[in-house]
Amino acid sequence: MNHQRRDVLKAGGSLGLFGLLVAAGLIRPEVAEAAWNKGAFDAKTLDEAFAALGAGKPADSADIQITAPDIAENGAVVPVGVVSNLPKTEQIAILVEKNPFMLAANFEIPAGTVADIQTRIKMGQTSDVYALVKADGKFVVARKEVKVTLGGCGG
Amino acid sequence: MANPMRIRAAAKDGLTEVRVLMSHVMETGQRKDAAGATIPAHFITELTAKHNDRLVLSAQFGPSVSTNPYLAFKFNGGAKGDKITVSWVDNKGDSRTDEVQIA
Repeated sequence: MNHQRRDVLKAGGSLGLFGLLVAAGLIRPEVAEAAWNKGAFDAKTLDEAFAALGAGKPADSADIQITAPDIAENGAVVPVGVVSNLPKTEQIAILVEKNPFMLAANFEIPAGTVADIQTRIKMGQTSDVYALVKADGKFVVARKEVKVTLGGCGG
Repeated sequence: MANPMRIRAAAKDGLTEVRVLMSHVMETGQRKDAAGATIPAHFITELTAKHNDRLVLSAQFGPSVSTNPYLAFKFNGGAKGDKITVSWVDNKGDSRTDEVQIA
Protein backbone atom coordinates (compact mmCIF):
# COMPACT_ATOMS: atom_id res chain seq x y z
CA MET A 1 0.00 0.00 0.00
CA ASN A 2 1.21 3.51 -0.72
CA HIS A 3 1.49 5.05 2.73
CA GLN A 4 2.86 8.35 1.55
CA ARG A 5 -0.22 8.94 -0.54
CA ARG A 6 -2.45 8.25 2.44
CA ASP A 7 -0.54 10.75 4.55
CA VAL A 8 -0.80 13.41 1.90
CA LEU A 9 -4.53 12.83 1.64
CA LYS A 10 -4.88 13.02 5.39
CA ALA A 11 -2.94 16.28 5.58
CA GLY A 12 -5.02 17.74 2.78
CA GLY A 13 -8.24 16.65 4.44
CA SER A 14 -7.37 18.18 7.79
CA LEU A 15 -6.34 21.47 6.18
CA GLY A 16 -9.65 21.64 4.41
CA LEU A 17 -11.45 20.99 7.65
CA PHE A 18 -9.52 23.74 9.39
CA GLY A 19 -10.49 26.17 6.63
CA LEU A 20 -14.11 25.17 6.99
CA LEU A 21 -14.02 25.66 10.72
CA VAL A 22 -12.51 29.11 10.31
CA ALA A 23 -15.09 29.99 7.69
CA ALA A 24 -17.87 28.78 9.96
CA GLY A 25 -16.45 30.88 12.78
CA LEU A 26 -15.94 27.85 15.00
CA ILE A 27 -12.27 28.53 15.52
CA ARG A 28 -11.70 31.83 17.24
CA PRO A 29 -10.23 34.42 14.90
CA GLU A 30 -7.33 35.00 17.29
CA VAL A 31 -6.07 31.53 16.47
CA ALA A 32 -6.76 31.77 12.77
CA GLU A 33 -5.08 35.14 12.44
CA ALA A 34 -1.74 33.85 13.59
CA ALA A 35 -1.07 33.59 9.87
CA TRP A 36 -2.26 35.73 6.98
CA ASN A 37 -5.99 35.14 6.67
CA LYS A 38 -5.98 33.64 3.17
CA GLY A 39 -9.67 32.78 3.17
CA ALA A 40 -10.66 36.35 3.87
CA PHE A 41 -8.29 37.86 1.31
CA ASP A 42 -9.36 35.38 -1.39
CA ALA A 43 -13.07 35.88 -0.75
CA LYS A 44 -15.10 36.69 -3.85
CA THR A 45 -18.25 37.96 -2.16
CA LEU A 46 -18.82 40.21 0.83
CA ASP A 47 -20.59 37.42 2.71
CA GLU A 48 -17.60 35.14 2.19
CA ALA A 49 -15.18 37.80 3.34
CA PHE A 50 -17.24 38.57 6.44
CA ALA A 51 -17.53 34.87 7.21
CA ALA A 52 -13.79 34.31 6.82
CA LEU A 53 -13.16 37.19 9.20
CA GLY A 54 -15.51 35.55 11.69
CA ALA A 55 -18.00 38.39 11.41
CA GLY A 56 -21.09 36.52 10.19
CA LYS A 57 -23.70 39.10 9.25
CA PRO A 58 -22.60 42.35 10.90
CA ALA A 59 -25.16 45.01 11.79
CA ASP A 60 -24.86 48.57 10.51
CA SER A 61 -23.42 51.08 12.92
CA ALA A 62 -23.46 54.88 12.95
CA ASP A 63 -20.46 54.95 15.28
CA ILE A 64 -17.99 54.23 12.52
CA GLN A 65 -16.81 57.06 10.33
CA ILE A 66 -15.28 56.40 6.93
CA THR A 67 -13.28 59.26 5.50
CA ALA A 68 -12.95 58.85 1.76
CA PRO A 69 -13.52 61.13 -1.21
CA ASP A 70 -17.01 61.09 -2.81
CA ILE A 71 -15.31 61.04 -6.19
CA ALA A 72 -11.84 59.58 -6.62
CA GLU A 73 -10.21 60.68 -9.85
CA ASN A 74 -7.44 58.10 -9.63
CA GLY A 75 -8.56 54.69 -8.47
CA ALA A 76 -4.96 53.60 -7.92
CA VAL A 77 -4.64 55.81 -4.87
CA VAL A 78 -7.81 56.37 -2.86
CA PRO A 79 -7.18 57.74 0.62
CA VAL A 80 -9.40 56.01 3.17
CA GLY A 81 -9.62 56.69 6.87
CA VAL A 82 -11.67 54.77 9.42
CA VAL A 83 -12.51 56.03 12.88
CA SER A 84 -14.45 53.86 15.30
CA ASN A 85 -16.13 55.57 18.23
CA LEU A 86 -17.11 52.25 19.76
CA PRO A 87 -15.41 51.37 23.03
CA LYS A 88 -12.99 48.43 23.00
CA THR A 89 -12.47 48.42 19.26
CA GLU A 90 -10.07 45.59 18.57
CA GLN A 91 -10.17 45.17 14.81
CA ILE A 92 -10.81 47.29 11.72
CA ALA A 93 -11.04 45.81 8.24
CA ILE A 94 -11.40 47.81 5.03
CA LEU A 95 -13.24 46.13 2.15
CA VAL A 96 -14.07 47.27 -1.36
CA GLU A 97 -17.16 45.54 -2.67
CA LYS A 98 -16.32 45.54 -6.38
CA ASN A 99 -12.58 44.82 -6.24
CA PRO A 100 -11.33 41.40 -7.37
CA PHE A 101 -9.72 41.20 -3.94
CA MET A 102 -12.31 42.70 -1.64
CA LEU A 103 -10.43 42.77 1.58
CA ALA A 104 -7.85 45.53 1.31
CA ALA A 105 -6.50 45.57 4.83
CA ASN A 106 -7.25 44.15 8.24
CA PHE A 107 -5.92 45.99 11.29
CA GLU A 108 -5.70 44.58 14.78
CA ILE A 109 -5.89 47.30 17.39
CA PRO A 110 -4.33 46.45 20.76
CA ALA A 111 -5.52 48.24 23.90
CA GLY A 112 -3.97 51.71 24.05
CA THR A 113 -4.04 52.25 20.30
CA VAL A 114 -6.66 54.67 19.01
CA ALA A 115 -9.23 53.22 16.59
CA ASP A 116 -8.29 55.75 13.93
CA ILE A 117 -6.52 54.40 10.86
CA GLN A 118 -5.68 56.02 7.58
CA THR A 119 -4.32 54.31 4.50
CA ARG A 120 -4.57 54.34 0.72
CA ILE A 121 -6.25 51.68 -1.38
CA LYS A 122 -6.82 50.76 -5.02
CA MET A 123 -10.31 50.71 -6.49
CA GLY A 124 -11.10 49.10 -9.84
CA GLN A 125 -14.41 50.91 -10.27
CA THR A 126 -17.10 52.85 -8.45
CA SER A 127 -18.03 50.82 -5.40
CA ASP A 128 -19.08 50.84 -1.79
CA VAL A 129 -16.20 50.85 0.67
CA TYR A 130 -16.95 48.92 3.85
CA ALA A 131 -15.37 49.35 7.24
CA LEU A 132 -15.87 46.28 9.38
CA VAL A 133 -15.19 46.89 13.06
CA LYS A 134 -14.95 44.40 15.89
CA ALA A 135 -15.64 46.10 19.19
CA ASP A 136 -16.13 44.33 22.50
CA GLY A 137 -16.45 41.00 20.67
CA LYS A 138 -19.17 42.17 18.27
CA PHE A 139 -18.85 42.98 14.58
CA VAL A 140 -20.49 46.03 13.05
CA VAL A 141 -20.11 47.61 9.65
CA ALA A 142 -20.38 50.96 7.90
CA ARG A 143 -20.21 51.81 4.20
CA LYS A 144 -19.54 54.73 1.94
CA GLU A 145 -19.82 54.92 -1.82
CA VAL A 146 -16.77 56.18 -3.71
CA LYS A 147 -17.13 57.04 -7.37
CA VAL A 148 -14.05 56.22 -9.38
CA THR A 149 -13.25 58.10 -12.59
CA LEU A 150 -10.18 56.08 -13.57
CA GLY A 151 -9.83 52.52 -12.30
CA GLY A 152 -6.69 51.50 -10.47
CA CYS A 153 -6.62 47.78 -11.10
CA GLY A 154 -6.32 47.64 -14.91
CA GLY A 155 -3.10 47.26 -16.87
CA MET B 1 16.19 44.15 -0.13
CA ALA B 2 13.48 46.71 -0.48
CA ASN B 3 13.99 50.42 -0.05
CA PRO B 4 13.66 51.88 3.44
CA MET B 5 10.34 53.08 4.83
CA ARG B 6 9.80 56.68 5.71
CA ILE B 7 8.42 56.87 9.22
CA ARG B 8 7.35 59.97 11.14
CA ALA B 9 6.31 59.72 14.75
CA ALA B 10 5.27 62.73 16.81
CA ALA B 11 4.09 62.82 20.43
CA LYS B 12 1.56 65.47 21.44
CA ASP B 13 -0.73 65.70 24.46
CA GLY B 14 -0.11 62.10 25.51
CA LEU B 15 -0.90 60.75 22.04
CA THR B 16 1.65 59.58 19.52
CA GLU B 17 0.83 59.81 15.85
CA VAL B 18 2.77 57.52 13.53
CA ARG B 19 2.84 57.90 9.77
CA VAL B 20 4.52 55.31 7.60
CA LEU B 21 5.25 55.38 3.88
CA MET B 22 6.48 52.03 2.62
CA SER B 23 8.23 51.47 -0.66
CA HIS B 24 6.68 48.47 -2.39
CA VAL B 25 5.28 47.65 -5.85
CA MET B 26 2.08 46.05 -4.42
CA GLU B 27 1.52 44.13 -7.66
CA THR B 28 -1.98 42.60 -7.69
CA GLY B 29 -1.37 39.65 -10.01
CA GLN B 30 -4.20 40.97 -12.22
CA ARG B 31 -2.14 43.08 -14.60
CA LYS B 32 -0.48 41.95 -17.81
CA ASP B 33 2.80 43.18 -19.23
CA ALA B 34 3.36 44.39 -22.81
CA ALA B 35 3.74 40.81 -24.05
CA GLY B 36 0.41 39.79 -22.51
CA ALA B 37 1.94 37.69 -19.74
CA THR B 38 0.43 38.09 -16.29
CA ILE B 39 2.65 39.96 -13.86
CA PRO B 40 2.83 37.78 -10.74
CA ALA B 41 1.35 39.14 -7.52
CA HIS B 42 3.85 40.75 -5.17
CA PHE B 43 2.49 42.61 -2.18
CA ILE B 44 2.99 43.21 1.53
CA THR B 45 0.96 40.73 3.57
CA GLU B 46 1.75 41.54 7.18
CA LEU B 47 2.87 44.58 9.08
CA THR B 48 3.58 45.22 12.74
CA ALA B 49 4.39 48.40 14.61
CA LYS B 50 6.00 48.50 18.03
CA HIS B 51 6.50 51.23 20.60
CA ASN B 52 9.73 50.18 22.31
CA ASP B 53 8.86 46.48 22.72
CA ARG B 54 5.09 46.87 22.99
CA LEU B 55 2.94 45.99 19.97
CA VAL B 56 0.81 49.00 19.00
CA LEU B 57 -0.59 47.83 15.67
CA SER B 58 -0.61 44.72 13.56
CA ALA B 59 -2.11 44.60 10.10
CA GLN B 60 -2.69 42.24 7.22
CA PHE B 61 -2.69 43.69 3.73
CA GLY B 62 -4.19 42.37 0.52
CA PRO B 63 -3.28 43.37 -3.02
CA SER B 64 -5.93 46.13 -2.92
CA VAL B 65 -3.63 48.36 -0.90
CA SER B 66 -2.04 51.06 -3.06
CA THR B 67 1.49 50.96 -4.43
CA ASN B 68 3.91 52.37 -1.87
CA PRO B 69 1.44 51.88 0.99
CA TYR B 70 0.71 54.70 3.37
CA LEU B 71 -0.48 54.12 6.90
CA ALA B 72 -1.25 56.49 9.74
CA PHE B 73 -2.40 55.59 13.24
CA LYS B 74 -2.30 56.92 16.80
CA PHE B 75 -1.69 55.36 20.18
CA ASN B 76 -1.83 56.55 23.77
CA GLY B 77 1.47 57.24 25.49
CA GLY B 78 4.88 57.55 23.94
CA ALA B 79 7.46 60.20 24.73
CA LYS B 80 10.10 62.05 22.80
CA GLY B 81 13.05 59.77 22.08
CA ASP B 82 11.08 56.50 22.40
CA LYS B 83 11.66 53.97 19.69
CA ILE B 84 9.06 53.12 17.03
CA THR B 85 9.78 49.99 14.99
CA VAL B 86 7.79 49.05 11.90
CA SER B 87 8.25 45.72 10.10
CA TRP B 88 6.60 44.17 7.09
CA VAL B 89 6.73 40.86 5.24
CA ASP B 90 5.56 40.34 1.66
CA ASN B 91 4.14 37.31 -0.15
CA LYS B 92 7.55 36.46 -1.59
CA GLY B 93 9.14 36.33 1.85
CA ASP B 94 10.94 39.63 1.50
CA SER B 95 10.88 41.77 4.63
CA ARG B 96 11.98 45.12 5.94
CA THR B 97 12.28 46.63 9.41
CA ASP B 98 12.92 50.30 10.11
CA GLU B 99 12.93 52.30 13.29
CA VAL B 100 12.71 55.94 14.27
CA GLN B 101 12.65 57.95 17.47
CA ILE B 102 9.51 59.85 18.42
CA ALA B 103 10.01 63.53 17.67
